[in-house]
Amino acid sequence: MLYLQLFLSFFKIGLFGFGGGLAILSLIQHEVLTYGWMTEQEFVDIVAISQVTPGPIGINCATYVGYTATQSVWGSALATGAMILPGLIIMLVVCKIYLVLSTRFAENVYFQNTLRYLRFAVLGLIAAAALLLITPATFIDNWSIILFAAVFVLTILPQLVHSKQPAANKFITTISHPILLIILAGLAGYFIYH
Amino acid sequence: MLPLIQREVVDYRHWIGETEFLNMIALAQAAPGLIAVNSAIFIGYQVGAKHLPPTKGRVLSRMYPYLTVCAAVLGAVLPSFVIILAIAMVFQQYSSLPSVEAVMKGVRPAVVALIAAPLLRMAMKANNPKPFRDGGILLLSWSLVAALLIWLAGVSPVYIIVATIVLALAVTFIGERQRTMKANDTSGANPK
Repeated sequence: MLYLQLFLSFFKIGLFGFGGGLAILSLIQHEVLTYGWMTEQEFVDIVAISQVTPGPIGINCATYVGYTATQSVWGSALATGAMILPGLIIMLVVCKIYLVLSTRFAENVYFQNTLRYLRFAVLGLIAAAALLLITPATFIDNWSIILFAAVFVLTILPQLVHSKQPAANKFITTISHPILLIILAGLAGYFIYH
Repeated sequence: MLPLIQREVVDYRHWIGETEFLNMIALAQAAPGLIAVNSAIFIGYQVGAKHLPPTKGRVLSRMYPYLTVCAAVLGAVLPSFVIILAIAMVFQQYSSLPSVEAVMKGVRPAVVALIAAPLLRMAMKANNPKPFRDGGILLLSWSLVAALLIWLAGVSPVYIIVATIVLALAVTFIGERQRTMKANDTSGANPK
């Protein structure tokens, strides 16, 4: 039954997962917390690991959730496969008719508007994912708030600061890299809490 | 991810052309699922359909694009799958160590910030190419309502996606009908 539910949930995530990794994160979060496959804390840990390891965040999350929920490699494979399946079916149909629609599909006003509206819905999804993670499990004390603020500011720094020196811009882009920021936050955590 | 795919598939292997690659991005983003995996499916299919193996079997040549799709998908998924699986197995054993727990205590708020931070840039991008025109403000308030519904009322994001698609189609339908009616009016008002 657990495997069936896992398949259905990740099939649903694959089918309605528009707008890239972070939006899919919000769908995974909802399913995971609804069925109690893991705690909020474990979910945040998984997201952190997905961010620092290579590959699409969605795949990383599905693999990890599948393993944690079932304690088996097959659960991992099932969750990942189920998430890919809807896209696979739809993309194969699209590839079949690609030559017919290649020039015209992009100009269709219904298609264009739906994509535009979905981009806004995805904003809401990601905002909700972040809001749902602000819990006593993740924000344990004032240090958490400081770390949150520091990482937030460093991440949006390239958009705020436009230096005339290319070297300065390169430095800003380097220090705003998510992997570096997670490693730094981990180091900070080690020195604060250990 | 996409620049990497482009360098390998377009510049180095010449499997698909520049225009095809741009079409691929549009399709991979429009279809549900992960963009990297959808791109792999597209490329796998194109390669299989164009570069048939020199055999006479009709069944094989028909199946060939599906085989290349399978190969491309496995290639896109397997590295992450193996790495994450290994980490999942190891991490569970060590996650209760005090030092690991201390590191994760620092990482968790950072992850929340990393999820929230791209919102500003995405909001700007969603309003492209006409910033805050064509109902951009209304759509932004829909983003806000969606966030609140999921956050406070526990609504599934799936319903938000479905509602958004229905809303977009309905608004477009009404807009298009008004436009054709207006076009009919003006043509009726100005007879030859």
